[in-house]
Amino acid sequence: MLNNLSAKERLGIERVKMPEQDAIARSRNFAEVNLGLTLEQAMREAQRCLACKSRPCVAGCPVEVAIPEFVTALAAGELTVAARILMGDNALPAVCGRVCPQEVQCEAKCVRGARGLPVAIGYLERFVADWAMANAEDLAVESRPVPTGKQIAVVGCGPAGLTAAGELARRGHEVRIFEALHDTGGVLRYGIPEFRLPKAIIDAEVARLSRLGVDIECNVIIGKTLTLGQLREQFDAVFIGNGAGLPVMLGIPGENLKGVYSANEYLTRVNLMGAGQFAESATPILRGRNVAVIGGGNTAMDCVRTARRLGAERAMIVYRRGESEMPARVEEIHHAKEEGVEFVMLTAPLAVLGDTQGWVRALACQAMELGEPDASGRRRPVPVSGSAFELPADVVINALGTRANPLLTATEPDLKLNRWGNIESDAQGATSLPGVFAGGDIVRGGATVILAMGDGKRAAAAMEAYLGQV
Amino acid sequence: MFEVLENETLAPALHRMVLRAPRIAAARRPGQFVIVRRAEGAERIPLTIGDADEAAGTLTLFVQAIGAGTRDIVAVPPGGCLRDVAGPLGQPTHIENWGRVTCVGGGVGTAVLYPLAKALAAAGNRVTTIIGGRSAPLVILEKELADFSAEVRVTTEDGSRGRQGFVTHELTELMADSATCPRAVFAIGPVPMMRAVAELTRPTAIPTLVSLNPIMIDGTGMCGGCRVMIGSEARFACVDGPEFDGHQVDFQSLADRLTMYRDHEAQCRVGLQP
Repeated sequence: MLNNLSAKERLGIERVKMPEQDAIARSRNFAEVNLGLTLEQAMREAQRCLACKSRPCVAGCPVEVAIPEFVTALAAGELTVAARILMGDNALPAVCGRVCPQEVQCEAKCVRGARGLPVAIGYLERFVADWAMANAEDLAVESRPVPTGKQIAVVGCGPAGLTAAGELARRGHEVRIFEALHDTGGVLRYGIPEFRLPKAIIDAEVARLSRLGVDIECNVIIGKTLTLGQLREQFDAVFIGNGAGLPVMLGIPGENLKGVYSANEYLTRVNLMGAGQFAESATPILRGRNVAVIGGGNTAMDCVRTARRLGAERAMIVYRRGESEMPARVEEIHHAKEEGVEFVMLTAPLAVLGDTQGWVRALACQAMELGEPDASGRRRPVPVSGSAFELPADVVINALGTRANPLLTATEPDLKLNRWGNIESDAQGATSLPGVFAGGDIVRGGATVILAMGDGKRAAAAMEAYLGQV
Repeated sequence: MFEVLENETLAPALHRMVLRAPRIAAARRPGQFVIVRRAEGAERIPLTIGDADEAAGTLTLFVQAIGAGTRDIVAVPPGGCLRDVAGPLGQPTHIENWGRVTCVGGGVGTAVLYPLAKALAAAGNRVTTIIGGRSAPLVILEKELADFSAEVRVTTEDGSRGRQGFVTHELTELMADSATCPRAVFAIGPVPMMRAVAELTRPTAIPTLVSLNPIMIDGTGMCGGCRVMIGSEARFACVDGPEFDGHQVDFQSLADRLTMYRDHEAQCRVGLQP
């Protein structure tokens, strides 16, 4: 295929559409929604890139992937080159290609977006990463660097921890990840559903890190099984990326009725434990005919789309602002709608109502209208008086968000926290304790996979500098 | 993988299992628990740590086979393995020398009570232990508890061992006499038993600690499934508990939430019970 196209020819190519599983069919199965591009589609889309000298897209990427370079290689059909570039910058490209909000990051900066649609960088990243996975034998095995003799502990096997571990292992350090749950991936596995991020992708990315020499030990809870103090004695440096695992409660009457879940519990049961997905899973889940999910973020979309797949006739998003104020990705909202999810907007829950046996029967709601902008810049929802109504529901899922889990931090009084209980760190991830770095949701509160990865990458560089000094 | 070293049947469906878990054995304190997953696909099941031997690197668990998951766990013979054991989780019991305490155990709750009673005795308390069950085979650990208790009282509902009746009868007796009235009560067993004990001690405000066993997934505070109402506040049994002030616990809500998966459990029992 030709790659010496003129700018005009490049501008003439229309943005590719991601092939998707049929909406009706997929709303009842857990297979991946986005099917991925063909080689031909990917190369043609890559040819839309103008390879700008100023590389604005790179500045939009929290891990600074050399986007124009890998896209240019892909446009020329040089897949091995593209894969090497991508994987050199991004420890989890097949994950990022699926779950990153590219529309507000790299693609938002793409000059082609000024007039028309930006290059589909996310789709291309996914294509190259998947190609590399399927054709790994074509790639020279990453040679292991000379061991430095330094030992590093990583707390948490989610996106921040995996990224930091990969970066540090590539620099020749001996890295051991401690994971509290029985499996790897952290929020990638317990939080993100199979239909957005197949578990096989996580397994493959984790396996790649293992081949680099990263050692992963599950069932070790830092703060309980071992303390941070013990890690500091046994390792030369520690990275903490243990996530924001503590659900924010609704704080409305009826929260303890049977059928009320936190998003974390609902998703963990289905994603980590396989409830409702696999016959061999022993973990139960209430499927629900009428499921109301409270919240408007990506987690809420994951819950409501999961509820559809578990058989809900009505799967509803209940959100107190309007659709344009929802923090969820546009793609997730769009997919949810296609799958038959109902959006009950400008509606705030007042109470969960139960039957005489303690089971959820409805969500008592109140209509809202938008008033003046609040601290977040979004218009504040205010109640419409006399607008209370009942929404029939047998399962209610609270997707309001998470806070910092105190298991680790509670056992280490010298580790400085902010007033929300998140670990305080500088821009490079250094905490108040020498040799202890942190990143991801335990520092940021609830954020995204890619921001956690960016933290892991920056902290790894800072740890490298720290190890050189000690 | 965690190797099972011993597996002994103490009572019908009640097993004492010893397994190798050196880190947990070193870190654990009385009142804490572990989450066990027998194999791939199995549930995560919280089990109280009955005892531990730090030098040997072993944990003792008392497991009552009441559901499909616990039946699978007790079926693992010595030399076999449990895929996942994570812990120690929860807050350790606050142990102090109250002087005179009463420990009340019902059914398998007695096994949960054992490490706590032992720690209370070691702290210098005069421990009176009351244990009860429906019938004689369900009364467990009498001999082990007698090793450090000043007195062990046994009750059964059918009178097949000890005195006929409920543990609360014995506690009422102890409370009636200022020479035996406990300064603190520790009650672990079925929800109705803990509730009855808490009601008994409420009028005289004797501090009463209970250990709760709500449905749990991760055990690290991540999912909130184990929330219980303590006073007017929702607390997580896995990180804030499992022990709470019995006078503050909403036992009704706890008992109700424990029935959330009764249909699922009924399905699991089909074909498994003789």
